[in-house]
Amino acid sequence: MTEIRVPTLGESVTEATIGKWFKQPGDLVAADEPLVELETEKVTIEVPAPAAGILSEIIAKDGETVAIGALLGQIDQGAGARAAASKSAEPEKATPPPKAVSTPAPQVPKAAAAAIPLAPSVRRLSAESGIAAEAVPGTGSGGRVTKGDMLAAIERAAAAPTAIAQLAAAVQVRAPSPADDAAREERVRMTKLRQTIAKRLKDAQNAAAMLTTFNEVDMSAVMALRNHYRDLFEKKHGVKLGFMGFFVRACVKALKEIPAVNAEIDGADIIYKNYYHIGIAVGTEKGLVVPVVRDCDAKSLGDIEKEIAGYGRRARDGQLKIEEMQGGTFTITNGGIYGSLMSTPILNAPQSGILGMHKIEDRPVVVAGKIEVRPMMYLAVSYDHRIVDGREAVTFLVRVKESLEDPARLVLDL
Amino acid sequence: MPSYDLIVIGSGPGGYVCAIRAAQLGMKVAVVEKEKTFGGTCLNVGCIPSKAMLHASERFEEAGHAFAKMGIKVATPTLDLPGMLRFKDEAVDGNVKGVAFLFRKNKIEAHNGVGRIVAPGKVEVKPAGGQGSTLDAKAIVIATGSDVARLKGIAIDEKRIVSSTGALSLEKVPRHLLVVGAGVIGLELGSVWRRLGAEVTVVEFLDRILPGIDTEVARQLQRILEKQGISCKLASKVAAIDSSGAALKATVEPAAGGAASIIEADVALVAIGRVPYTENLGLEAIGLKLDGHGRIPVDGRFATSVPGIYAIGDVIAGPMLAHKGEDEGVAVAEIIAGKAGHVNYDVIPNVIYTSPEVASVGKTEEELKAAGVAYNVGKFPFTANGRAKANQQTEGFVKILADAKTDRVLGMHIIGSDAGNMIAEAAIAMELGAAAEDIARTCHAHPTLPEAVKEAALAVDKRAIHM
Repeated sequence: MTEIRVPTLGESVTEATIGKWFKQPGDLVAADEPLVELETEKVTIEVPAPAAGILSEIIAKDGETVAIGALLGQIDQGAGARAAASKSAEPEKATPPPKAVSTPAPQVPKAAAAAIPLAPSVRRLSAESGIAAEAVPGTGSGGRVTKGDMLAAIERAAAAPTAIAQLAAAVQVRAPSPADDAAREERVRMTKLRQTIAKRLKDAQNAAAMLTTFNEVDMSAVMALRNHYRDLFEKKHGVKLGFMGFFVRACVKALKEIPAVNAEIDGADIIYKNYYHIGIAVGTEKGLVVPVVRDCDAKSLGDIEKEIAGYGRRARDGQLKIEEMQGGTFTITNGGIYGSLMSTPILNAPQSGILGMHKIEDRPVVVAGKIEVRPMMYLAVSYDHRIVDGREAVTFLVRVKESLEDPARLVLDL
Repeated sequence: MPSYDLIVIGSGPGGYVCAIRAAQLGMKVAVVEKEKTFGGTCLNVGCIPSKAMLHASERFEEAGHAFAKMGIKVATPTLDLPGMLRFKDEAVDGNVKGVAFLFRKNKIEAHNGVGRIVAPGKVEVKPAGGQGSTLDAKAIVIATGSDVARLKGIAIDEKRIVSSTGALSLEKVPRHLLVVGAGVIGLELGSVWRRLGAEVTVVEFLDRILPGIDTEVARQLQRILEKQGISCKLASKVAAIDSSGAALKATVEPAAGGAASIIEADVALVAIGRVPYTENLGLEAIGLKLDGHGRIPVDGRFATSVPGIYAIGDVIAGPMLAHKGEDEGVAVAEIIAGKAGHVNYDVIPNVIYTSPEVASVGKTEEELKAAGVAYNVGKFPFTANGRAKANQQTEGFVKILADAKTDRVLGMHIIGSDAGNMIAEAAIAMELGAAAEDIARTCHAHPTLPEAVKEAALAVDKRAIHM
């Protein structure tokens, strides 16, 4: 038997919600075939089958919350092998004389490779309780975990406080509406995912001294570049020349100049990061996800565009991996695609800065004493004032504006 | 003077296994055996011949009583007792020759004669009517086994008043066989002769048969034996046997005292137990004192009070079982070789080869109650087992005792056909600290008798399927 367990889901992710099982007990599954969808506040991922066989049981059902490492289900490799070879293998008996077991496929339970196979009662108790047998001290012969050991471990776990942080039961202090209005209300429980996101947002907001500074950028230079090189760019790099590449390059340049915006607070320390992993917020059906483009300072605009395009596609297909959402140092979010003119983005904890892009609108502006129509975008940078000064935040945004309004600065590093 | 790493005195199951293990571990080994053949009591006049007789007599009974039901028509079978005894002798012969072969294979030197320890490290071997010789050894293992326990005032002539030895070679089927002692040996041999046509009466001092066996199982076996025609006279003792007349006259009194009665029989089998055999070993001379039961005291490493001298098997404390002696033989050989040797006395199976068989391992309900251990019971009758029903051999049941808290199997007791083989599963499970649930969740082939073991395990959790 092979166990299907909740994989590590990334820094600060301790639990997930079962979205949907793709397979049912009794189904034959191939190794690496997606079995179940797990939702976290950062991402929805698919858990692949650790081995080929028959999905023998599902322990955590749709909608349940599970901790990292919890048991989701079991795959019976032997059964799968038997089904695949359509031969019946002789069951191994404990009574002597020991018979040589003839199985059609050389499937050995993964556990047997290194350790003693688990007794059936231990497997069941482990599955039902979610406690890994490997973590239980064994008092049986040869260090085996016995049923008694598992029962004792389960008792201990019940007595101890639960590892999963229980979200505080929704405190419903609101006075009931007058009967007339109450009849027209619909009370819907927040999904676990939404509750988790809500908690994290509040945590971020409560932790940082968050402010937002604004500026505006004349996008005409960037747009001219795009129009001029659109076809050539697409031909050479195989991807459309968008705006994001410019914004990423502009941010990286400014981050190099104002390191505090690229840093992180850890207790009483500031961690300055000499790498530039920019998260690009993407809206999906299930909510906002932020895949990270790593080492943007070392990538060309074409590479950045390609990566972002790929992320966008995969985000909408729910294909993003948890590692792809980890490790960002700065985030760019774009409310403009929904029509926002100006907004105050929330920090993506534990980062210290975030750039908000908005709608490009033609506006009358004064250029060299004359009124001109220019495509203008308001820019917002929210920052953690605990480690980023006002001056630093403003200067950061000014540098971004300068790089965008005069892309030659990016080339000449000015 | 031949010099060895180890001399083993006695070549019964304890002795010969010890010698072979020691040889495997690289020791130069000698075995001293006073009889003409190897194998001790077990092979020559115990386990092996009795099993052969039990088997043959069972087939005789089947042929006469069970074949017709199966649609096999045979005339009433007649007994060729000399032929059956030859069948038994062949079993003995094959086995003792097998031990001889193993000695040769393992380069173990066998010395025929009575072994006497003259000093630590020195064994004198005196063959019957021959010159003695002395052997040197770094270590000596005493494996001289046991002998028949005698009834005070009753002389065994192995013709009319017999021990198990004589009972295995009776020249004709007694009309009436009186068995003194309702222990394993008495019941097994009583069963043999009952099947071969004797009337059998068993007289037992205690108020139950098979002391030490789970009471429920013992009662069930008694009922079955009585149905088979073996009368049991419990709580009675045989005070004397008068062999002056043509028939034996046994004076039988209630154990608690009271009026005696006379039971007439052709043959009386004295089967009240066995006692350790240490004659002519020279123990007193080397300062080895026996305990109150005539056993050689040893410590946890089978070492006696004399350095370099060890003892195992029936001659020391513990159940007088061949396999117990064998395991001790292996353990002591390993200990002498400087390794770790160990016998798990909690998991020594016990088998009674009556029909149906009785087998058990671990604790009885009485023992658990006395120790104040909380336990659950799972019981499953063979009437509900498919294989037993197919063979129409549905007597008996499987009983599993499991710790109430941890579900660990503490004991298993089986009465039924093939119980002796079935108990091995329990021994493995107990050695590995298995829970009853583990047995219940292990796939057992269908249709077999061990499925009853699985169901009994399910019954511990009150969820047997087939009942």
